[in-house]
Amino acid sequence: MLSKITKFKSIFLIVTSIVLGLVIGSIILLLAHYNPLQVYSTLFVGIFAKPKYILWTLLKATPIIMTGLSVAFAFRIGMFNIGAEGQYMIGALLAVICGYYLDLNSSIHPIIIIIIAMLGAGIFGGIAGYLKIKFDLNEVISTIMLNWIAFYFYNYMIDTPFLNKGMNVSHKIKASAKLTIISSNDFLEKTNTFLYDLEKVKFHWGFFIAIILAVICWIILEKTTLEFQMKAVGLNPNASEHAGIDIKRNKILGMFIAGALAGAGGAIQVLGVNFGITTLAAMQGLGFEGIAVALVANSSPIGCIFSGLLFGGLRYGATKIQVPPISAPSEIINVIIGMIVLFIAVPKIIEVLIRNRGEQYDK
Amino acid sequence: MINSIAFLIGATLMYSTPILFTALGGLISEKSGIVNIGLEGMMVAGAFSAAAVTTITGNPWFGLMAGSLTSGTIAFVHGLLSVYLGANQIVSGVAINFLGPAISLFMCKQLFNGSTNTPTIDTSEKLPKLFANIFTEGSFLDFVFHQDITVYLALFLVLVIGVFLNKTIIGLRIKSVGEHPKASETLGINVYHLRVMASTISGAIVGIGGASMSIALSSHFSPTLIAGQGFIALAAVIFGKWKVTGVLNACLLFGFTQSLVIFIGGTDLEFPSKILSMLPYFVTIITLIIFKSKSSAPKALGIPYER
Repeated sequence: MLSKITKFKSIFLIVTSIVLGLVIGSIILLLAHYNPLQVYSTLFVGIFAKPKYILWTLLKATPIIMTGLSVAFAFRIGMFNIGAEGQYMIGALLAVICGYYLDLNSSIHPIIIIIIAMLGAGIFGGIAGYLKIKFDLNEVISTIMLNWIAFYFYNYMIDTPFLNKGMNVSHKIKASAKLTIISSNDFLEKTNTFLYDLEKVKFHWGFFIAIILAVICWIILEKTTLEFQMKAVGLNPNASEHAGIDIKRNKILGMFIAGALAGAGGAIQVLGVNFGITTLAAMQGLGFEGIAVALVANSSPIGCIFSGLLFGGLRYGATKIQVPPISAPSEIINVIIGMIVLFIAVPKIIEVLIRNRGEQYDK
Repeated sequence: MINSIAFLIGATLMYSTPILFTALGGLISEKSGIVNIGLEGMMVAGAFSAAAVTTITGNPWFGLMAGSLTSGTIAFVHGLLSVYLGANQIVSGVAINFLGPAISLFMCKQLFNGSTNTPTIDTSEKLPKLFANIFTEGSFLDFVFHQDITVYLALFLVLVIGVFLNKTIIGLRIKSVGEHPKASETLGINVYHLRVMASTISGAIVGIGGASMSIALSSHFSPTLIAGQGFIALAAVIFGKWKVTGVLNACLLFGFTQSLVIFIGGTDLEFPSKILSMLPYFVTIITLIIFKSKSSAPKALGIPYER
């Protein structure tokens, strides 16, 4: 029963954090002479008014659900994975290579690619676990370093003969590798508007893959003893070792899975949306957004779907508020996300607020 | 050959400066027991405030103060939340990394007609360079010493902080609070006050690091100006084993590899610069593996203290 109460409490704290984040966002908008009601209603309409908009939100949410899952999974085994960004890039890179060079039937091509990308990014993520176990190297530091190594490697690979030398864009993947649901068909417009939307938005299977992977994560965490073992290790390392818990294997395995999840995110984005990769001028920030997604989800894999949708929706909605008539800076979305994360960092703020209100009632 | 060496020394000093300020700031905070992984966000906020105030007032010294003040305020709040409200310091740092750039860009668009860059600051309104027109242009000494004033400030700060942490009462108390807050408390030291103070000082220095990017090394603020230097600084603190000289060496190493990339890019050598760019990160990991020591981090780092 206790766990149900704590679960309820944590959900309550998160929802309150989200509301407070939006409130602070509206105060900042007011200070900057924007009408927060107008901004939020435009945001809301911009996300939900048409099926097309919702599809866009799902598309925007997919990569951050994946990096969120990656961070969340690592959290659950006691590791802080800042490296989702780099793992995502490795996944994307492998997806382009396999999508361009492999010749397979379209029914299995994307699946094979995603598996290879997951393995590669998993090994890349596992390095941080290995360094932690073998050399006691803090994973926060190693993953930051690995992010940059991945970043430069990614840019380097695009500029090799292997993937289109001298250009800032890689080769495109083969049609058989794509995750597209409906390929271009002009007659669709007249027959079925929803299918037409699917085609126009270029909606792909990626979102469903993300959900499947989230459920698999949930099963691993809830139905196997992996997390329990790691918790026991946290409580009493010696006893756990005597009980035969292999800490080393578990931590490396955990980081492998975390890396694989982020890598799947990168692969899905390539196979579903971009079909290739371009040279990056700066980090894309998906790994960091993943941290926010995981925090808002309280490290629950299923929660990551919802928090990913929340942030994906905000991101997509932001494109609607930065154009006239509102023309508000889209950065307000990052302010809101940042404030939500800040409130999650300090649950006591909310607890104090509620307690004070309760005391007023008592009087 | 001589000129190449001079160029490398000069560029190393130039590029390590912003990281050095930020890492020294991070060091003070961590010494007191407060983790701040929001160095990147604070650096961005500092860089923006400095560029914006310099552009508006035309005086880079006001800009420098503004940058320092902005990051100092952020770190003050981080300190308050960490000390009095038992905030999860890592998560709060993540929040800073979102809020710093977001609020900076929001303000930038408000102040400068929707642009994410601040206007270019005229050279005469940037922070001055020292030893200009003293050595023959292009000579060895010119390459090495003709630098932004921030370069000298940073090196001077290394000395100041070294003395501060190891010789002054407040500095020693800050360290004791980060090692064993309970013992410090029994000796009559106010753990809470010291930690908030250390965090604030740390932010003020990080802000100077941001400013040294936007109004000295570069001449405007842009969203990609800082590009991960705050994280490098975070790594430099750990890499330098929480010691002032270690931090200095780590930052110089990062600065050196960065200038090596630029140097080789300017020669005929056919070495892919992107592979070379990975070097500092590989070096960090390998060095940490070789010189591992478990006891160097402050013992109470990241642990909220409750009376």
